[in-house]
Amino acid sequence: MSGHSTYEPKTGFERWLDMRLPILRMAHDTIITFPTPKNLNYWWTFGGILALCLGIQIVTGIVLAMHYVPHVDMAFNSVQRIMRDVNYGWLIRNIHATGASMFFLAVYIHMFRGLYYGSYKAPREVLWLLGCVIYLLMIMTAFFGYVLPWGQMSFHGAVVITNLIGALPVVGPAITTWLWGGFAVDDPTLNRFFSLHYLLPFMIAGVVGLHIWALHVPGNGNPTGVNVKSAEDTVPFHPYYTVKDGFAISVFLLMFGVFVFYMPDALGDAANYIPANPLVTPPHIVPEWYLLPFYAILRAVPDKLMGVILMFGAIATLFVLPWLDTSKVRSMRYRPTARLYFLIFVFVCIVLGFCGAHPPDEPVIGHSPSGMILLDADLNSWVWLSRFGALYYFAYFWVITPVLGLTETPLPAPESISSPVLSHPATTPTGAVASPEKRG
Amino acid sequence: MLRKSIALAVLGLALFAGAASAATTEKEPREVTWSFQGPFGKFDKAQLQRGYKVYREVCSACHAMDLMYYRNLGQKGGPFYDEKYKNPNDNPYVKSLAKDLQVPDIDSETGDVVQRPATSADRFIRPFPNEPAARASNGGALPPDLSVITKAREGGPAYIYSLLTGFREPPAGLTLPPGKHYNPYFPGDLASSWSGAAGKVPEGGAIAMPPPLAPGKVTFDDGKPSTVEQQAKDVTAFLAWAADPKAEERKGFGLGAMIYLLMFSVLLWFSYRKIWKNIGH
Repeated sequence: MSGHSTYEPKTGFERWLDMRLPILRMAHDTIITFPTPKNLNYWWTFGGILALCLGIQIVTGIVLAMHYVPHVDMAFNSVQRIMRDVNYGWLIRNIHATGASMFFLAVYIHMFRGLYYGSYKAPREVLWLLGCVIYLLMIMTAFFGYVLPWGQMSFHGAVVITNLIGALPVVGPAITTWLWGGFAVDDPTLNRFFSLHYLLPFMIAGVVGLHIWALHVPGNGNPTGVNVKSAEDTVPFHPYYTVKDGFAISVFLLMFGVFVFYMPDALGDAANYIPANPLVTPPHIVPEWYLLPFYAILRAVPDKLMGVILMFGAIATLFVLPWLDTSKVRSMRYRPTARLYFLIFVFVCIVLGFCGAHPPDEPVIGHSPSGMILLDADLNSWVWLSRFGALYYFAYFWVITPVLGLTETPLPAPESISSPVLSHPATTPTGAVASPEKRG
Repeated sequence: MLRKSIALAVLGLALFAGAASAATTEKEPREVTWSFQGPFGKFDKAQLQRGYKVYREVCSACHAMDLMYYRNLGQKGGPFYDEKYKNPNDNPYVKSLAKDLQVPDIDSETGDVVQRPATSADRFIRPFPNEPAARASNGGALPPDLSVITKAREGGPAYIYSLLTGFREPPAGLTLPPGKHYNPYFPGDLASSWSGAAGKVPEGGAIAMPPPLAPGKVTFDDGKPSTVEQQAKDVTAFLAWAADPKAEERKGFGLGAMIYLLMFSVLLWFSYRKIWKNIGH
């Protein structure tokens, strides 16, 4: 797909530059003429949305860093001061704080898109791996960032998460002390978290560059999962996808704006408006919503070390997914059984999010326990729901995905991108193309 | 080894359960409508003025508001904003409010600790010089800073309002320690003070703050009847404003931004339709 360049320098300067640093040629080939499958749906717009999210976070973050004071005695008030006394500080800070949630919302949609359409399969394994690296860096950045306002949840969240490292045998406590820069979460911890929170986004930006590079070698996947076969399968990126992505970005920003302007605190925790106090532990320490599923997996296991291993394992699993999937068919449009398991998987991830938000022994249904105790807890409790959820999470990747690829019978995929799209409008439901007789 | 790890696991879960089953209960906050709620809501200036008076004459005896400066009272959207004084530090009403109060300072000539009249650039005066002093005067309890209190409590303004109006006589069977007061809206666990029927522990908790408001305790300059309800509502509105003084600016700016984005989206949608018209996809 990265065929030969059609860039033609128009002015003397462009010719001069092109001989020395063909940067305009690169820009032209990647954002103007890049051949893109013409059947990408709106799920494909989240790549552009994510690039914008990263840009917004970096720009607002740089301004916030000009006013923020990374000191345990001043951090909380300096953030409040930004909201009160800095010109448009309320706007910049609200964008940055809710922007983290928007960033994760977009990345989760982007990742589920990749899972559904098999975007991680050959020849795009490296593209997927780089995406996983970005996601891991995002989690770290978000965690460091959440600590900075130095509210109760910031502080106690930092204590809980850094203590997890201490569960590692032999080296755990030493590493924890090293991370803290002392013997508890304190000023040195806050300072280094601030430093790292400023550093990591630029590392993300670097990996995003690689991610886009790795995308442009094999080219975009597409909803059919069928390789691009001829020029008529593609359209140039500009103006076709600049306008489509632009529309999606604008709608996304509308939703973003609802949070920034009308409910800036809806995604946060009230306890984080109380300045950090190491002597008072909040009754329920919960991470931000985007990390709740992993928190649920952590708490599903009574053993701390096993919980930590499973939690990191849940993310590590994503890295090996390209080699767990045995199916040769990329898109789940043509894998009805896989699609069912996938939808259950999405549902389970959301359920795990709710599990992470509730105290483990609280009943899930109604207000009273079922009375049926299994092992250590009542069956009608969030901890048991987390266990079932975690079990499905891992089973989906390690059992269902490898086995299904070998046992299922996929539907026939179209010959080429153009053959189904020319005979059916884009509004046809997924899957209808290949097997209209099998649908309602 | 296995037995040990199982024992540890059970212990771990017991601790988990123990932490969570110190189950606090509280009554749902009362239903209340505010002038400032919703995407177009605005603060009622007269209400903010009354609310400041309640804070000044009642709450500020124990509660600081460290994020607030007297100038804030005269800034745009504040209770004493005056269009003639764009710089709130110049607002004569705010200046005179501040002047009646004394703040500690250092005499620049002698270095002595002195008291001087406050200016509009001064922070709201603190009732206690430090935390131990605050605790010593309040039976060991620390009155929380009220700067962002409506954001720092689940339920927000409705919770603060409910709490202020929620004080009542403890039900028969509830014996609270001295210096504690029953309030059904205050999150707590009253099981240890309850001698009535098991499983019928009253909702709510024991709060160290005595009922702060009383009929007629504050005289409103605009002639509003000074009921507990009115005082609670006004001071809550004031605290909600203090916690989010840029709320009106935010909503106003947001309206423009949303209209712009909406029009931009519509234009992009039609551009998209036009550009893609001849592409089968």
